[in-house]
Amino acid sequence: MKKTPTIALIGNPNSGKSSLFNQLTGLRQKVGNFPSVTIEKKSGTWLLDPKTESIVIDLPGLYSLYPKSLDERVVIDILANPAHENYPDVVVMVADASNLKRNLLLFTQVADLGLPVVLALNMLDVARDKHLQVNAVKLAMKLGVPVVRINARVGEGLDNLKQAVVQTLERPVITTLNQKYFFNPADQFPELINDVKRTNQLSNNYLALHYVQQHDIFSFLNTEKRVAFDQLIEKYDFKESGFQAAETMHRYAMIDGLVKDSVKAADDFLVKPLWTKRLDAILLHPFWGYAVFLMVLLTIFQAVFTLATYPMDLIDAGVSALNDWLKQQLPSGALTDLLTDGLIAGIGGVVIFIPQIAFLFFLVALLEESGYMARVMVIMDKLMRKFGLNGKSVVPLISGVACAVPAIMSARSIGNRKERLLTILVTPLMSCSARLPIFTILIALVVPATPVLGFFTLQGLTLMGLYLLGLVSALLSAWVIKGMVKNTERGYFVMEMPTYKTPRWYHVGLSVWDSVKSFVTEAGKIIVAISIILWVLASYGPGDTIARAEETVQKSNPALEGTTLDNAVAAYKLEHSYAGHFGKFIEPAIAPLGYDWKIGIALLASFAAREVFVGTMSTIYSIGSAADDDNGTIKARMRAEINPKTGEPMYTPALAFSLLIFYVFAMMCMSTIAVVYRETHGWKWPLIQLAYMTALAYGLAFVTYQLLK
Amino acid sequence: MKTIADLKIGERAFVKAFRQVDLSLKLLEMGCLPGSEVMLDFIAPFGDPLGIQVNGYCLALRKDEAATVLVEDSI
Repeated sequence: MKKTPTIALIGNPNSGKSSLFNQLTGLRQKVGNFPSVTIEKKSGTWLLDPKTESIVIDLPGLYSLYPKSLDERVVIDILANPAHENYPDVVVMVADASNLKRNLLLFTQVADLGLPVVLALNMLDVARDKHLQVNAVKLAMKLGVPVVRINARVGEGLDNLKQAVVQTLERPVITTLNQKYFFNPADQFPELINDVKRTNQLSNNYLALHYVQQHDIFSFLNTEKRVAFDQLIEKYDFKESGFQAAETMHRYAMIDGLVKDSVKAADDFLVKPLWTKRLDAILLHPFWGYAVFLMVLLTIFQAVFTLATYPMDLIDAGVSALNDWLKQQLPSGALTDLLTDGLIAGIGGVVIFIPQIAFLFFLVALLEESGYMARVMVIMDKLMRKFGLNGKSVVPLISGVACAVPAIMSARSIGNRKERLLTILVTPLMSCSARLPIFTILIALVVPATPVLGFFTLQGLTLMGLYLLGLVSALLSAWVIKGMVKNTERGYFVMEMPTYKTPRWYHVGLSVWDSVKSFVTEAGKIIVAISIILWVLASYGPGDTIARAEETVQKSNPALEGTTLDNAVAAYKLEHSYAGHFGKFIEPAIAPLGYDWKIGIALLASFAAREVFVGTMSTIYSIGSAADDDNGTIKARMRAEINPKTGEPMYTPALAFSLLIFYVFAMMCMSTIAVVYRETHGWKWPLIQLAYMTALAYGLAFVTYQLLK
Repeated sequence: MKTIADLKIGERAFVKAFRQVDLSLKLLEMGCLPGSEVMLDFIAPFGDPLGIQVNGYCLALRKDEAATVLVEDSI
């Protein structure tokens, strides 16, 4: 046996494959990317014996080796390429025993590739409820591979699975030895298959067929090779779709014969389980279906915006306490300032979002685990299609309330290219959690907390209004862009409706852990970097103006002394720093929106990540207001800010609303731009998205300011 | 020709043929084969998508997709 064997988990969606992966690897799993394709790879370690630690790779769920979505492509790309670094030593095929025939289709394909397979029969309890009885021993004899009964949800049968895997690693069972295939393409196209095998040094007929059928998506083939395959197809008059259909039907016929003795079927195959039937009657109901969905949405918002504020306040207080303590302990100087005002403030700005992201992904994971999300997609599909979207767009749009980056990645499940693209383009208009601190602070400045209807406050309603504005703009933008994008390929909604299941807390927990971890590492890097750069730019300036600030200020205002002098010096320093020059430079462009150069600095800084805005305002106003830190929170500092032209408070309702509207629409997030670039394979769409969202932000903020001024 | 889109809730029929090649490949793989019995399980609010029981599980598809699957009352 190899020292670190690779085990690939493969199976249909909803077969319990991810549950098994969680059971095998637990917290020893990590998320990365498959080399050369940007598809998320989940892998982890599983101890086979005290000396052998295997690497388990969770491949995307799929129904056959002919991929229907981008995610699915990676499976055949690996299995057809023995040189791939993730090429498995053994494949564990997870099969839903209650849907055995459909699951065996994929099994026979994988086995025909000549890979050693262990079949893990899962969900036998569901099969039993459907009056289906599966005889694993007979099945193993018919299929010619080890068959293990498992229950991935509770972790039963894992020892047997381990034993079968170890045995297979030591003495691989390959069903295609002696050219025995479940489906042999050489039966009909012997010359073509031999031709391909000879020119590509292959020994497996079915692998040769996949070279013919899928050469265009194999990342390991060059253009020259691909053209050669096209010529072969023409030479032998090979009909790709027709042959694929024939293959599928041949396999199903074969499977029918194979399972006849080992599966005792129910009398009626078409009856839904009782509880699924009852729940569907409510959740797909024309009235109750939407009522329940609305309640679920409200619960999510309530959790994200009220429950999450308690841990967020704690984190906020903790970070500022740490900063104060560090300032007292460490000698004052540039390095201490960089550590406290720059680095720790920046990290605090990342950590503060964790509760919201965790809550949201907890609830989304619950909905997906239970099988409810599929129902939401069904009842929303017709409505979403009116805007050019898809029922499956609901998940990205809801997730977008936490963070657009994972939301945009989740749009991969949408098969239609155009609907997926539209979803990607409008998802960043959903107000993500990074906008929340901007919203709350500006609303608190200018909107009174007047109670409305006893239950709500004016502030709360304003906040809700901003979220609704984001949602409505997302739908309307999709509707507008719909007419401008050509539909190049047909996509399908076709989707299995899973039966309802009680969620497994362990799996939900792991999913939350993954999301939080990737947010902290991905977004965290950018935010911390910007915080440091900004601190440097705001603390230093060209020439010796900064060093001579005190002298200059005293010369022009000899009467100043004490705190007033310190304040004036600090303000002078900021104005003449690099950041100040930046701000002054763009001031003419943003003056029509009501912004001054200080807000300009914050806008520029938050261009890469909008969550930086509040931190920047805090940095700017604290640098600009000298050492007198007792005047406390950022909110107090902003309230105290005076407009030098009018002598009135700077933050008027007109300015605050102009900023609010700006941030509802502006695409200020490097991570989102990067993920759109990755998902659409080019700069065209992220740039279009950046342009249209910036235009909306500038235009509507301008209108808001001019109307309210 | 009668298609899945013409079925009433609870009505059963047998798949006969497909009108659209790409979609048929997907449906075949999911076990919706010529000769399989299907039953219309639900119609979503506003008449679209539909859910059918086939091959022992429930499959949701849009009405225009269902209209590409020809069915007949008996094999």
